[in-house]
Amino acid sequence: MAARLVFLGRLEELAGSGDAALALAAPLNWQALVERLSAEFDPLLGEAICGDRVRVAINGALVAEKQALVLGDGDELAFLPPVSGG
Amino acid sequence: MSDVRLLTDRFDPAEELAAFTAAHPQAGGIVSFLGQVREGGGVEALELRHYAPLTLPAMRELAEGVRGRWVLDGLLVVHRSGVMVPGEPIVFVAAAARHRRDAFAAADFAMDHLKSESWFWKREKAGGEWRWIEPRAQDFEDLSRWA
Repeated sequence: MAARLVFLGRLEELAGSGDAALALAAPLNWQALVERLSAEFDPLLGEAICGDRVRVAINGALVAEKQALVLGDGDELAFLPPVSGG
Repeated sequence: MSDVRLLTDRFDPAEELAAFTAAHPQAGGIVSFLGQVREGGGVEALELRHYAPLTLPAMRELAEGVRGRWVLDGLLVVHRSGVMVPGEPIVFVAAAARHRRDAFAAADFAMDHLKSESWFWKREKAGGEWRWIEPRAQDFEDLSRWA
């Protein structure tokens, strides 16, 4: 089982790349996910994704309350920091 | 109908405007805005990243919102993603309307929302180093004009 993670903007620097596969033994809740990312990538990444201004999208749909999400096999989870377009 | 496009290659805004104008002979006025990579400040390149599942769908939604707010004959939104050099076009918006005020307002509104709400992340290359750009407070102030 695995999920795909996508890191946009400056989160890419903290993660070391724009996307990564995350092996899953079972579905992960938000808190467990933050712990995994802090341990396997960078503690600063775990901290950054908890920030109020970082939104997340699961399988292309924005999540209203990220603390309530559950990441399962085959899911794509994108981390979206504040936009800076145009 | 609106024409909304997300491009990964360079485009020619003059060509886009000519085609848009030709497609809307009934419009009394056409207002267009071109945003380009600014020269100076030691910036060698600019990169915009997007997230495919969100970026273009949200641009289409924005265009629909614009059409619902003003009476337009046509609306064109073209936005680049990828690496661009100074002088290269980034974004091009054109609004065609029977009356000019609708066209001015629609293009202005579309740009303010593209700048502050669209799913793009920007970084700049200067002195050989890339640096992510944080959103500007001015962009949010621009947006609040429409509340």
